[in-house]
Amino acid sequence: MFPPLPNPTTQPVPPKFGDKDLLRRSATSITPPEKRQTEVAKLIDVSKCIGCKACQTACLEWNDLREEVGVNTGVYENPHDLTPASWTLMRYAEYENPQTGNLEWLIRKDGCMHCEDPGCLKACPAPGAIVQYSNGIVDFQKENCIGCGYCVKGCPFNIPRISKVDNKAYKCSLCSDRVAVGQGPACQKACPTQAIVFGTKDEMKKWADKRIADLKSRGFANAGLYDPPGVKGTHVMYVLHHADKPQLYSGLPNNPAISPIVELWKGMTRYAGFAAIGAFAAISVLHRVVAGRSVVSADDERNAKMLADKNMMKEKTP
Amino acid sequence: MKGGEVASGDAIHRGDPVIVDRYKVDARINHWLTAGSFVLLALSGLALFHPSLYFLTGLFGGGSWTRAIHPWLGTFLFIGYLGLFIRFWKYNLWTPTDGTWLAKLHVFLRGHEEDMPEVGRYNFAQKCVFWSMTAFILVMIGTGLVIWEQYFAAYTTVDQKRLAVLVHSMCAIVMICIVIVHVYGALWARGTLTAMLKGRVTGGWAWRHHRKWLRELATGKSDQTPRGTPAE
Ligand code: HEM
Ligand code: SF4
Repeated sequence: MFPPLPNPTTQPVPPKFGDKDLLRRSATSITPPEKRQTEVAKLIDVSKCIGCKACQTACLEWNDLREEVGVNTGVYENPHDLTPASWTLMRYAEYENPQTGNLEWLIRKDGCMHCEDPGCLKACPAPGAIVQYSNGIVDFQKENCIGCGYCVKGCPFNIPRISKVDNKAYKCSLCSDRVAVGQGPACQKACPTQAIVFGTKDEMKKWADKRIADLKSRGFANAGLYDPPGVKGTHVMYVLHHADKPQLYSGLPNNPAISPIVELWKGMTRYAGFAAIGAFAAISVLHRVVAGRSVVSADDERNAKMLADKNMMKEKTP
Repeated sequence: MKGGEVASGDAIHRGDPVIVDRYKVDARINHWLTAGSFVLLALSGLALFHPSLYFLTGLFGGGSWTRAIHPWLGTFLFIGYLGLFIRFWKYNLWTPTDGTWLAKLHVFLRGHEEDMPEVGRYNFAQKCVFWSMTAFILVMIGTGLVIWEQYFAAYTTVDQKRLAVLVHSMCAIVMICIVIVHVYGALWARGTLTAMLKGRVTGGWAWRHHRKWLRELATGKSDQTPRGTPAE
């Protein structure tokens, strides 16, 4: 068993991190703090999850969210997808393992992965609507969000959801408010099987190693840690029995990375765009200087008058 | 009978100088509403294009307002341009003269229009602006609807939205460049602005820049094979 985090004191404590610990701030260039805080991580051990949804409930509870009553379509996912109120969602996949002939129920807790290289933050046009703390937490700052939905396009995991009520983006905050006072996320606290554990990223990796060794000894030769390098690692990691096939777990991306289209949009397009506008403006000015203005001459006016007089005189005569 | 180059409302008034009516008041209103919405679109769009221009959201009442207003302005622009298109597409069809005109583009750029082939209501460059704006506005409304998060988020995949926003931003830049040329052209050729402001130009202006149009207006007949069906 992973040693559980102690309960908090009842005394108010100052937050452990805040605005001075920003690694990145959307649409803002900032100098990151000299000293980075210890990176935290949530480890989700898929092999231990029993799909009880205690985490989902705890998330709603702690974050004071209400999900609308939905419809039952005969599947376990409830609601059917992540929503502005459901920041985490249990996804259930049935997998017939060709090697063993076993039917495996692969249950994955979906939600924000808190990427080290966050695509949402890269895409966001509003200063300070998305921030990344030096401990690895990527958080949305509602008051700065304009509801454009660019974060949806930036995210390689399809996580952010824009509310139809207030047109703001929502996703898992890794319970930044709880972590700030030394607590683990609400989902972690609620998990009855310790399928969710929380600690420093190093601790989590070490713990994952133990779990992976255990799984391997039980015949899951491809058991492994999901900490995808394409986004420079994440602060939510999975232990998977089939780490060679992440897509088995309700479409967890094999090798997630910020889309090259997003990179192009947020990179070259900007430079080339400004250069093009500048060039056209400059060429116009240059042309004006070199070619002067195109001026209608007195001759032109005379010719027009002759043309009009000649032709329209006829018209006038009955 | 009017020739192929003459729009309804075009007329010559004899005098010194000769005055030629070029744009009726409804065409001018149509043009300026479209132009105004384009400027606002460019400002509100660029505000989200690069953080250094985010301050432009202040013009629209903040970021959320900018995000919300932009696509509606786009819808307005689309309708406005549709009006311009219906008014002017006929006079922007290609004619054989356009080829000869293009071959002498360098002469035009040097300002020696007296040595250019006579052109009708629009010259080749103006036609290029017309048709490229037509194409780009179609692209912009298409991609714009795809990334209109508030109402149309559910209809496309994230990958389609990524592509749409990339194309939208790239085409926005190209359109802005075209509009720079368009505005510069209007300022460069003296006496052009009055066409769109007051609706009329001098005979000399017409003689210099659109002689074939002026001839048709004066003689009342088209001296070239008309393109499409001649108007009434
Ligand atoms: C024709 C209809 C148009 C529609 C429906 C439309 C819609 C949109 C939408 C939905 C966005 C995302 C931000 C937001 O939600 O406000 C956007 C962004 C943008 N639009 Fe448009 N738009 C249109 C035309 C234009 C035009 C004519 C221009 C340029 C002159 C333009 C320039 C931009 C720019 C620069 C962006 C920001 C792209 C980026 O963030 O990189 N748009 N547009
Ligand atoms: S919707 Fe997403 S990308 Fe747009 S401002 Fe809000 S957080 Fe940033």
